Formats: sequence, C-alpha cells, structure tokens
Amino acid sequence: MTTTPPILKHPMLKYIREDRMPAIYCPGCSIGIVTQMIARAIDNLGLDFSKVVIVSGIGCTGRTSGYFKTGTIHTTHGRAVAFAEGVKVANPELEVIVVSGDGDIAAIGGNHLIHACRRNIDLTIVCINNNIYGMTGGQFGPTTEHGRFSQTSPRPIGNPEYPFNLVQLAASSGATFVARWTATQARRATASIEKGIAKKGLSFIEVVGACPTAFGRMNRLGDGLDMHRHFLKVAEIQNGLPPHEAEFDYDRRIVCGEFVNIEKDEYTAVLKQMQEKLRK
Amino acid sequence: MSRYEIRIGGFGGQGVVTMAVVLGETLSLIEKKFVVQTQSYGPEARGGASKSEIVVGDVEIDYPKVMEPDVFIALSRAAYLAYIKGLKENGVLIIDEDLVEIEGDLPNGVKVYKIPATRIAEQEVGSKQATNVVMLGVLCAITKIVTNEGLVQRIEERWPRFKESNLKALELGLKAGEAALAGQ
Amino acid sequence: MPERIMFTMGDIASAEGALSAGCKYFGGYPITPATEIAEWMALRMPEVGGSFVQYEDEIASITSVIGASWTGVKSMTATSGPGVSLMLEAIGLAVMTETPLVLVNIMRGGPSTGQPTRGQQGDVMQAKWGSHGDYQIIALTPASVQEMFDQTVQAFNLSERYRVPVFVLADETVGHMRERLVIPDEKDLKIEYRKLATGDPADFLPFKPDDDLIPPMALLGSKYQFYATGLTHDYRGYPTDKEDVQLELVARLNNKILHNADKIIDLERFMLDDAEIAVVAYGTPSRSARKAIKEAREAGIKAGMLRLKTVWPFPEDALADLASEVKHIIVAEQNFGQVYYMVKAAAAPTPIHLMAKPAGMPQLPHEILDKIREIDSL
Repeated sequence: MTTTPPILKHPMLKYIREDRMPAIYCPGCSIGIVTQMIARAIDNLGLDFSKVVIVSGIGCTGRTSGYFKTGTIHTTHGRAVAFAEGVKVANPELEVIVVSGDGDIAAIGGNHLIHACRRNIDLTIVCINNNIYGMTGGQFGPTTEHGRFSQTSPRPIGNPEYPFNLVQLAASSGATFVARWTATQARRATASIEKGIAKKGLSFIEVVGACPTAFGRMNRLGDGLDMHRHFLKVAEIQNGLPPHEAEFDYDRRIVCGEFVNIEKDEYTAVLKQMQEKLRK
Repeated sequence: MSRYEIRIGGFGGQGVVTMAVVLGETLSLIEKKFVVQTQSYGPEARGGASKSEIVVGDVEIDYPKVMEPDVFIALSRAAYLAYIKGLKENGVLIIDEDLVEIEGDLPNGVKVYKIPATRIAEQEVGSKQATNVVMLGVLCAITKIVTNEGLVQRIEERWPRFKESNLKALELGLKAGEAALAGQ
Repeated sequence: MPERIMFTMGDIASAEGALSAGCKYFGGYPITPATEIAEWMALRMPEVGGSFVQYEDEIASITSVIGASWTGVKSMTATSGPGVSLMLEAIGLAVMTETPLVLVNIMRGGPSTGQPTRGQQGDVMQAKWGSHGDYQIIALTPASVQEMFDQTVQAFNLSERYRVPVFVLADETVGHMRERLVIPDEKDLKIEYRKLATGDPADFLPFKPDDDLIPPMALLGSKYQFYATGLTHDYRGYPTDKEDVQLELVARLNNKILHNADKIIDLERFMLDDAEIAVVAYGTPSRSARKAIKEAREAGIKAGMLRLKTVWPFPEDALADLASEVKHIIVAEQNFGQVYYMVKAAAAPTPIHLMAKPAGMPQLPHEILDKIREIDSL
C-alpha cells in the first residue's frame, strides 16, 4: 500500500492568488521576497485581510498588488499613493498598503509621495528600490547612482544625474515612520512593515532589491544570488541613526534600520475631528 | 418689464460685487423677479476697473449679460471710462461726484445723478465700506427697480450683526437719491 | 432636508447638486473658474460627514477620486481645461476600471493658460477624445444655475448607473453667474446607486457584465476580493494580451453607453415645430440663441433651436431628424467649431453653418439674429 505524500503548501499562500502563479518576475528578482514580507507582516498582525487594500502603480513592482487575494488595484504610473489617499480618506477603516518601485514612486509619482508624507496620512508605503526601471528594459531612474550604466546611460556615458536618498526624502517630507532594509534582511524588514502598518501615520519602508536582468547585467554585478550576497556584505544596521546620515552607497555601504518613528496628528483623524465639529 | 439692465463699476474693494449680489438677492428671493447677476473676475476685479451687472425681468432672462445698461452706476473714473460705452439712450447715469467727472459725450437723453456716496458713507455712517449700501438706496430712490422694504429685509437677513449701520446707509442713500431726483 | 431657495452662482449650485446626489468625497486643486466649487465643498463636506481634500495637483485629485469611489463613496472633482488636460490619463483608468465619478469642468479660454476668467466651450472634444484609446464618456452641458444643480445630480445618477466618468461641461459664464436656485426636498429627488456584487465570493467575477453590459461592482473592504487594473483584463480582472478579450472589452465599454444613448441624451426643442432654420447650441450661447429666435419670430422668420443638454453621447439621431425637418442648421458655439463637426456628420446634406467664437463673450443675441436673417435671405 502506498500513500501519496501530502502536498506542502506555503503558509503565506492563503494571501495569494494561486491562479496567478507563477508571477512574472525574473529569476533572482527581489520582488517575490518583499511580497512575502508583506504577507507575513499582515499575518503576524492578524489583520482581517478583507479590510486590507493593496495599491500599486506601474512597473515590475506595480504588478505586486495583483498577486494578493484581497481588494487590489493597479493604478496608472506613479499614482498609487494618490489613489491610496482617496481610499483611506473615503474609508479610514481600511488598512491601505502601497507597494511601489523606486521609479514609480520617486520620479513620476514623486510629488504625490512627498505630499502624502507632508499630510501624514495613514498609509504604509513599501518601496522596492532596485535602482532602475526594470519593466521597460533598464533605464536609469531617480535612485540610480551617478555614473551607473543603463539603457539610457550606456557605456561609456554613465548616469549624468545624482540619486535621491529615499529615506532622507521621506523623512524630510514629514513621514512619521521611515525604515530601510535590503531584501536579505527579511525578518527585520518584515518587522518594520508590521510597525509601519500598525503606525497611525505615513510609514515609508524602503527595501533595496536586486534587478539582475537590468541593473545587474548592465553594471556587471553578477546574477541574482551574487547581488543578494552583496547586500548581505554592504548592509550596515544602524537603528535610530538620524535619517540624513542614512548613507546609500551601493558598492560600499547601505545603511539599514529604522530611522524615524515619531508621533504627529494623522490626516484622516484630523478630518474626522472637523466633521465632528461641523456635522449638522 | 421684460428686461432691465444695471451695471455697477468701480475699483476693487468698493463693494461693487456685493452691491450687485445684495440687489440680486433682494430682487430674486424677496421680490420674485427673474434675475441674473454677473461680474468681472481675476486681475481685472482686484484693482483697476471692476464691474458687476444685473439683468432683471418679469419673464425668464435669456441672454444673461448686460448688453445696453438702463442704469450705470460709476464709482471710479477708471470704471466710468471703461464701461460708459453702451449706456442706453435715455438711460440713467449715477456717479459718485467726488470720484467721477463726466467726460466725453453721453448718449442722447441720459439723465445724470451726482451723489457723494463715499462721503456720505465715511462722514455720516462712519465707514467707507458702506458706500455700496448708500448707492443701493440711491438706486432704489431713482429707478424704483427694487423696493426699499425688500432691501431692508435683505440687509437684516444678510448682516444681522451690522444691521444698524447698513440700514442707516440705505436710508441716507434713499434720501440722497430722492433729493437728486427732486433736483432734476 | 426640505426645499431650500438660494440666489447663488453656478459653481455653488453644482456643488450643492453633488451633495444632494449623496457625494461624500471631493478631491480637488484650485483653478479659475472652478475654485468656488472647491471652496464651497471645503466647508460643506464636513457638515454632511464627507471629506474634502485639496491635493498637490489635478492628477492626484482625480486619481484619489477613483480610489474613493472604489470604497463605495460617491466622489467627484472639479476643474477647468488645464486641469482636465492633466487628468486625462486617469480618466482612461476610470473608464477601464468602470469607476463611477463626476468631473465638473468649468470651461475657460484656451489653448494653454488662455483666458482663465473668461468663458469658452473649447473642451467638448477633449472630454470625449482626450484620453488615449477608444471609449465613451457622458458629458452634460447646463445653461443655467438651476441646471448646474439638476444636471450635477443627473451626472451622479448616470455615472452610478453606467459605471462611467460623467462630465459636467459648463462654460465660465454659467459657472460664475448668479441666479435663483431651488434645491428640492430630498424626497423629491431621484437618486441612483451603482449595482453591487451579490452572491458567493468564491464564484465572483468582478468584470463579468450582466445583460445590460454593466458588471456589478465589488467594493474595497467588502467580502469580495478582486483586482482592478488599467490593463486589458478578462472577467476575473486579470491582465491579458489576448486579442478576443481586448475586442470584447473595448466593444462593451463603448456599447454600454452607445446602446443606452436614448436613455442618456437630454435635449430641448425650442420653437422648432414649424421651423425652417434651426440653431444648435448649448450652454451660454443657447441663451443668446433663445433671444435671437424670439426676435426672429417677431420679424416673421421661422427659426427655432435644438438645445443640447447632453453632448456625449452625441445625439446623432436627433440631429438627423432635425436635418429632415429644417432647411438650414446654424451651430453656435463658443469655440472654433467642435460640436459643428458632429452635426455635420449627422445632419448632411442639410446645409450646416458654423458660428464660431473662441472668445470670452459668447455670440451675442443680435449676432445670431443677423446670421438667421442672412440665411433666411438666401
């Protein structure tokens, strides 16, 4: 008599649309890792998943929302934060999470990011920073370091621009929780996403990820495994460091940790107070 | 009365828009006339010559803007020069005599009334801001397009806290208008 | 709330219409000549338990409106031409995700910054064709303060019924003029709400239409999980590049409006029954035309007007009928000719005469009368 071995299911699969697997991501990409971090954070917090809304914009990371089995929206390029603000204001009971790439959120959507931080609206923004526009084939973006090669800064030219430091950008714009990790600090990053979700205010969590297909290939950084090994080597954990000191030097030092965790009136709570004051 | 057109011109801050709005509210809400009120906007309304207009009738107003005003009230020289064109023949021209002088030719038969509205507001009401309400009283006395009772009611509803000074301004304007009418 | 009577401006009437329709979310950005709507909403929204948010730009405004609508809250924005130009990509998203929303465009002079404080009707084609791809929207064209209220209520009803963005296209004159407004007792207003998802969440297909071509809507935070995307999607909402899905989806997005055009289109026939010359107009120029036609009738000229209260979907059938009734059609619009081309296509071979005026003052009544006289003498 033979018994069929039980099929082991990934514990996080309950949050995922199985009928959409496999995901579109390339081998060695970090987006899948971060997707799991978000699922685990939700699971650890014991949230009612039907009250969680996941919004994303365009690009590889923009596809993330579509893999979660809840109310999920894939908006236009750069506008995930603005869309999420409308959702949160209209129904503050919902837990709204934005998953966005660096190009989506800091270039075309940069204005919405800084103004959402300024409003301190209760959103959790997870930005997967892979230093490049991946979906369109590898053009330099707002986080690409000076001199890096891309399809629009090919050898021997190199990127003529300088990058945003997203931690500094979010912190100086008014976000009340700001953290950075690389895709290799899965537990720590998950814990920060949990804190960000629990925080009543705007939380910005940058997760530095690998794009071996575009950024890795054009800058000769090896395959996905090599790139993740590199993160382990250069990540330097400095919790509580003032955000302006959170250096991002891809080759030598990527400062990781939680840099901002402050209290400030949350936007939808302020709106609610106004309603109570004026309600007829 | 199928269509009667009123134009008010002045500089920003004289209350020409408020004047037209209060007149419109009175004619529309209290006297149940058909009324459209329009005004100039933007940089034009901030300084220089600003205007507001009323079209009133016993039937629905089709074209909403003033074409040939039956009455033109001018509270500044710039507004006088900018908007005097188009005043109807045999129409009524009311000017603040301290701020506006008649320049150029007027259409045939125009009756001119000179009222020191700003002076009345400043010296007798105690506030230049009441100039527009003084002029409402003048307009009421000279044209009878709106009733004094209607204006009193609207002023009481609109400015309960500043009722007294505004009713005084209206009364003084009415008297000045009647005097000007008697002097014609 | 019982009946209320105000003497107020078109912009404010539109805001009150939205509130009467049950709008609880306004996302906007200041722009002349639509700012009064935002200003009014800033105070009125909290009074009714709704939210007003002033965003960093028009792109955020409209996108947030789409987000708010997906929670089940009736939502709107208001702007003018330059703002609509920025919103166009998101309007496409709203069309593709079948999101009910209302966009009030108080049209000012263009192109570009143009004449912010002067009226024009230059955005008619933009409303229909501005976003990329093939789609239908609905656009209503009020001509009075009362219609700003009535048609904003109607805009919400249509957007809820057809799950589509609805434009209120008003020229600046209508937006800024003050007239008497009667806000009816709320029990006398017909208010519609979108068809919601029902049944077992496990079997739910968020973009599978009913026979009326409109899919029931699932809301964020409900028991239904779904994916809404601007990408071409199947009944599950999943992205696909299959040709048959694209063809079916685009056809349905168009046909759910076109097949219901007769239920959407609102027209006024003025002195048309025995008319030989018809003026086609909407917004402020229609008020000039009304005066001109009355005067033409006094002079013994058989003139009339077909006033468009809806420009999209375009009333092609009504124009074709009109063409068979009259000898000449004059199109008077405050632009260089936009509705004109639609009339031409629908009403050929009847001669169509354009009175174009892309400027702040509409065609004056006597100008339209002169045109009627000129054509009458042909």
